[in-house]
Amino acid sequence: MSNTKRDFAPWADPAARPLVRFDQVSKRFGATTAVDRLSLDIYEREFFALLGPSGCGKTTLLRMLAGFETPSEGRILLNGDDIASVPPYRRPVNMMFQAYALFPHLTVEGNVAFGLRQDGIARREIDARVNEMLALVRLEGFEERMPDQLSGGQRQRVALARALVKRPKVLLLDEPLAALDRKLREGTRFELMHLQERLGLTFVIVTHDREEAMVLAHRVAVMDHGRIAQVATPAEIYEQPRSRFIAEFIGDVNLLEGALAAVEPERVTIESVVGRLIAADAGEAEVGAKVWLAVRPEKVRLSRERPQAADNCIGGQVSDIGYLGDVSIYHVRLRTGVMMKATAANLTRMVERRIGWNDQVFLSWPREAGMVLSQ
Amino acid sequence: MMRRTSWFSVTAIALGLAFLYLPIAILVIYSFNASQLVTVWGGWSLRWYVELLSDRAMLEAAFTSLVIAMLSATIATVLGTLAAIALTRFGRFRGRLLFSGMTYAPLVMPEVITGLSLLLLFVAVDWDRGFWTVTVAHTTLTMCFVTVVVQSRLVTFDMSLEEAAMDLGCPPLRTFLTVTLPLIAPAVAAGWMLAFTLSLDDLVIASFTTGPGATTLPIRIYSQVRLGVKPEINAICTILITVVALGVIAASLLTKRQRMQREGMVALGAVR
Amino acid sequence: MTTAKPTPSRRGAQRLVILIPYLWLLAFFLVPFLIVLKISLSQTAIAQPPYTPVLDPAAGWAALKDFFAELSFANYLSLAADTLYLSSYLKSVQVAAFSTMILLVIGYSLAYGMARAPRRLQPLLVTLVVLPFWTSFLIRVYAWINILQRDGLLNQALLALRLIDEPPVWLATDTAIYIGIVYSYLPFMVLPIYAALEKLDESLLEAAADLGCPPWKTFWLVTLPLSLPGVFAGALLCFIPIVGEFVIPDLLGGSETLMIGQTLWTEFFSNRDWPIASAVAVVLLIMLVVPIVLYQQFEARQIERGR
Repeated sequence: MSNTKRDFAPWADPAARPLVRFDQVSKRFGATTAVDRLSLDIYEREFFALLGPSGCGKTTLLRMLAGFETPSEGRILLNGDDIASVPPYRRPVNMMFQAYALFPHLTVEGNVAFGLRQDGIARREIDARVNEMLALVRLEGFEERMPDQLSGGQRQRVALARALVKRPKVLLLDEPLAALDRKLREGTRFELMHLQERLGLTFVIVTHDREEAMVLAHRVAVMDHGRIAQVATPAEIYEQPRSRFIAEFIGDVNLLEGALAAVEPERVTIESVVGRLIAADAGEAEVGAKVWLAVRPEKVRLSRERPQAADNCIGGQVSDIGYLGDVSIYHVRLRTGVMMKATAANLTRMVERRIGWNDQVFLSWPREAGMVLSQ
Repeated sequence: MMRRTSWFSVTAIALGLAFLYLPIAILVIYSFNASQLVTVWGGWSLRWYVELLSDRAMLEAAFTSLVIAMLSATIATVLGTLAAIALTRFGRFRGRLLFSGMTYAPLVMPEVITGLSLLLLFVAVDWDRGFWTVTVAHTTLTMCFVTVVVQSRLVTFDMSLEEAAMDLGCPPLRTFLTVTLPLIAPAVAAGWMLAFTLSLDDLVIASFTTGPGATTLPIRIYSQVRLGVKPEINAICTILITVVALGVIAASLLTKRQRMQREGMVALGAVR
Repeated sequence: MTTAKPTPSRRGAQRLVILIPYLWLLAFFLVPFLIVLKISLSQTAIAQPPYTPVLDPAAGWAALKDFFAELSFANYLSLAADTLYLSSYLKSVQVAAFSTMILLVIGYSLAYGMARAPRRLQPLLVTLVVLPFWTSFLIRVYAWINILQRDGLLNQALLALRLIDEPPVWLATDTAIYIGIVYSYLPFMVLPIYAALEKLDESLLEAAADLGCPPWKTFWLVTLPLSLPGVFAGALLCFIPIVGEFVIPDLLGGSETLMIGQTLWTEFFSNRDWPIASAVAVVLLIMLVVPIVLYQQFEARQIERGR
């Protein structure tokens, strides 16, 4: 019963009812508004990501769902029921804490079984479920260890096992991979994904790392100053961001400022400071409005000779090259002083590199590669 | 959510603080009682303070106590700080176990035992009891408290600061004097204050180790108190309380930075 | 002061730093105990000093042999034989145990309230709890005499509230001793427990709630176990000195059964029997050696763990 990311889209189904609904939820701390009239639906079996910079309110939102904060306004519904009055120890929601919060005075087994013991489940069943969960996170044999005897990655898996063993309706993860080093982080990401698919649970993850959100989530909500800027699948957010903030947050992007000159089917003209630019779709912008053309660096082609047939083509000089091994990022200064970035995979080895510092180059991209943003 | 002050917390704090301060408050109020008896309130009066001023024996005892306290606190602070350094920085050295044992034992040792043993020592070496024996006794008692306070600060001290100083050319002794000492100064000061108060306040050990001409204030108060409640006692107690309270308030205002306050106070709490 | 190998001059300096306090403690802490031991094995005498035999280092080998021959365990035998001492020891332990328990209940509640208070109020609360400690111990005990006298304030208040008809006697009773002890030792119980509670990671409490614990269960399963080091330290810090307490039972207590601190004092100052007093001290020390060592080990381990 695997739901591959391609086919899974309950949000598109008008008949589907959300598992979690935030209805005009606000949260104020004194004079600061952390969450501002936010509405959001999360569906069952979704891996949902709350993405945003520090202070955008994503953690507050998560904590409201867990029950550690109460909304100043609005309702939070779980399966249609308002859970505002339900204390955290009675919600079918469990959280994996950022610093893991493992009980230092209990063994691994004690930690994982803790939640089950509160429910008064029979001893034998507790043991069975604990063993099953430890096997799932690949920590068999660690039952009697104490938390201070474990490595960071092992502690993280105990925290995960502890939260999952109660089979919550929603699992909340607060920056779960932040404390791990890069290699471990990448490996754990896939483990989390497969775990979620296999168990068929709903995961809500809070992160400031866009890569993490893109890899893990079915849908991503980008948050800014307590509001949701956009909710969409990773591809949609990356390729069709609704604003400059989102475009810049979700990845590297070139922004070229200009005015919308003409709109024809399949051909949009923008007069900008670097010349005339062509895009495919104007979105909601109107003729004469100030717009930005956003082009991702990987979609910009770099060449020494002027390309013959290109929708957009600008000349410039290479001012800097960032060599990353697999790709190189070229910083190109255009004739008017504007800087653009182009990334190119290093298809040949460095000694054979054809474009170097201070070379005169041409940047080109097709009309479909540009995104017209009006805000 | 966990910070929500429940009725239990507020009640516990209110009752606890009331319990702690009520007797002191009563003492202070009654020191202004014109009547000699506790049962009768004779109106406000400074009578007992005036009588106090003419009580030579009491004033001499107060002076003696102050000098002993300052002297013993200072010596104890030096010795205690040295001991704290030895215990935290020098790793394992010969006799460390005994040293560590001798450092913590006086914290809990009943004072009658310490007092008795010191007196027997002085007698055995034929040292006349008086001002100096009390000072030595107080130094011995209080230095261990200083050690504990300074030690708990040294343990959390950021070693990379010393390493940075030495990297920049500072020899060890100068590093200690110019980098470490200023930073642990609040703990050392807290230790001094602790030693001072313990010495000023000590009755039992002073009784064992004192001699003619070296009556300390607690000894004097105690001998009066055994005969019953005397209003002058209320007066001197109020003065002492006021002086100490002002000192503590001044100290906490001077060391406004929360960490120093916490360290001083909580280190105290981890100690007797 | 780093872990680098010290040069000879450094090692010399280190040795000096260790030696100065070490020698002081040996001279004024350890040696006196040996002397107490020796005196406990001696007899009382009308002489200056009031005990015999007296060790005279210059008197030669034969005198030394006589010296050791005169030492005896007679004092210890008298201690064992006289029920006065036995009941005194017993009472001291009983009072110490009972007051420690009362202190635990009151102290933990107060510490818990302080730990849950808003962060900006905490330094103030700590100052308030510690302030009485800075005022004289003697004064505070004396203050209770004012209150507990027959015509003192407690009875005045009770009479005024019409809770009693006849003013009961509070002073010179065991109750007064307990009140005095709990009052004097409260800060010593509160502060270690507060220090332990204050260090508690709040996310642990949230995790417990998240996993299904109502507040009382969170306290029982998480807060209490993790605060035990503070409880242990506080209990020992109170129990051990209370056993040997003198001032409080002397000022507030009666004259039926004396606590061992009072017994020692009486033997020493009133009866001028130094050898018996020393024997009392040695037995008291032996009784307390286990808790004292426990406390030392505990503190040393806490320091090693970096608190």
